[in-house]
Amino acid sequence: MNNAQILIIDDEAQIRKLLEITLQSNNYSVNEAANARDGLIAAANHPPDLILLDLGLPDEDGHSVLKKLREWYTKPIIIISVLSSEDDIVRALDNGANDYLIKPFRTGELLARIRSALRFLTNEDDNPIIDFNNLVIDLSSRTVKKNNETIKLTATEYTLLALFAKNEGKVLTHHYLLNQVWGPSYTNQSQYLRVYIAQLRKKIEDDPNRPAHIITESGVGYRFIARE
Amino acid sequence: MLYQSKPIALTKIFSNSINKKYQYIITVLVILIVSVISYFLSGIIGYRVVAYLLLVTLSILALFFGIFPVLLAAFLSALIWDFFFIPPHFTFRVDNTEDAFLLIMYFIIAMVHSVLTFKIRQIQKEAGKKEEKANALKLYNTLLNSLSHELRTPIATIIGASDNLLMKANNLTEENKSNLLSEISVASLRLNQQVENLLNMSRLESGFIQIKKDWCDINEVIYAAIKRLEENIKEHVIDIDVKENLPLFKLDVGLMEQVLYNLIYNAVIYTPVNSVITIKADCINESCVIIVTDNGKGFPSDEIEKVFEKFYRLKYSKTGGTGLGLSIAKGFVEAHHGTIRLENNYSGGAKFTITIPTETSYLKP
Repeated sequence: MNNAQILIIDDEAQIRKLLEITLQSNNYSVNEAANARDGLIAAANHPPDLILLDLGLPDEDGHSVLKKLREWYTKPIIIISVLSSEDDIVRALDNGANDYLIKPFRTGELLARIRSALRFLTNEDDNPIIDFNNLVIDLSSRTVKKNNETIKLTATEYTLLALFAKNEGKVLTHHYLLNQVWGPSYTNQSQYLRVYIAQLRKKIEDDPNRPAHIITESGVGYRFIARE
Repeated sequence: MLYQSKPIALTKIFSNSINKKYQYIITVLVILIVSVISYFLSGIIGYRVVAYLLLVTLSILALFFGIFPVLLAAFLSALIWDFFFIPPHFTFRVDNTEDAFLLIMYFIIAMVHSVLTFKIRQIQKEAGKKEEKANALKLYNTLLNSLSHELRTPIATIIGASDNLLMKANNLTEENKSNLLSEISVASLRLNQQVENLLNMSRLESGFIQIKKDWCDINEVIYAAIKRLEENIKEHVIDIDVKENLPLFKLDVGLMEQVLYNLIYNAVIYTPVNSVITIKADCINESCVIIVTDNGKGFPSDEIEKVFEKFYRLKYSKTGGTGLGLSIAKGFVEAHHGTIRLENNYSGGAKFTITIPTETSYLKP
């Protein structure tokens, strides 16, 4: 029922084989490229629904491949890389990657991220009501309900939550969140983000310390999860 | 090798602790003092005995000092003996043939002394180097043994299990197949853990570790570490006790998460099933204080000092672990200019206390 087209750009044959088997057995159709040049051509010839991009390619730096893809490609790109520094992750996300998985990753995690990224794709219609099981966010009336009870949020808390909801499943960097919610002069004031995230979690999470919706991506940002 | 080790240590202490400049000054002073004393005694003992006195002084100096101060002493004492003691006094002239011989021989003996001193120092240096090399080799071998064991065991499991699965002639039951597969999975996770440790250690060793401080909610850091340990802590009780209304701390979130991960992981591995691991956080005197305790057996008191050493593993401890986790934790805490302390609880079990001086923020929404 899936049948979404996924393009893998990775120079390691073993990884490509593994991903191909994993994805095909989960009903995705797979296309492969072993270097940046072939990857860019394949993406242009048969635009896939999602791209899995390795950053360590033999012929070109993955960050620059990502930038080139983002000049025209609007669907999800998930980075799969052995580079694990926060700088690399933040850079890739700022350059338009939807998600970032550090190799080695668990198969379940990969599939969850792909599902979430593809769902993000279909969520882009202008539906004002976002319904996440026990959490309902109505963007037109600016109301939030948890277990059918209205939650009182401050204006900033609401802006933050709405931003999360519109970007479900996507990692939003600290820099991005501060810029969007507080403005460009606040991008280094991460203490605001910490305090408001803690506050928001107290209001919408069942256990604020073990959040099910607003997930911490250490040193990078936050990801909003609706289901699973 | 062994019989040399003590004299090396002794002379090393002297030659290392007295720096070159002082060696020259002391040499001149000692020769002058002995000369003055000899001058007053020369009426009683005769000027030829003075030569012996000076030679003895020279020998004693040669025991402790390098070749150049000893050479200086040789020249100086020969000149002094000639000038002040050999008649006629206060000239460098030597009238007596016997005295001329004595002076020349004095000079030769003094030179031989200097050269011998130099040679002995050379030999000592080489012996020291050899000893250092032997120690380094011993450490390297321990390291290599521990590493190769920790890396090869999971690799052996993966190779063995996958070979087994691939063998067509094998009549594996479905249950056996799935057992082999989970062995592969466990082994590769273990391998990944070891590689992670080695990478962290090499980050520390390189000295290029960059602290990226950012405001953080300590609750978030603790729970992020716990979340990464989800699969390991199933059979333990984790008790988190963070003080209410703590300020935000300015820390490197990634490094601190790794510190907590390593401490909790360590506690999980070395305490029996159902043990309680408690994590406390507080702000005391503008410092972030995190305490990780367990109710296991604790550490043998004679080994507490050593557990943070690289590759150190407790005697009789079970296999698994490279002896890197705690030293990485210590390195990351110290990169924050903080301290980590280990002691045993009164009630038994280990207690790690991390104290990090840091900026705080009491921002309210």
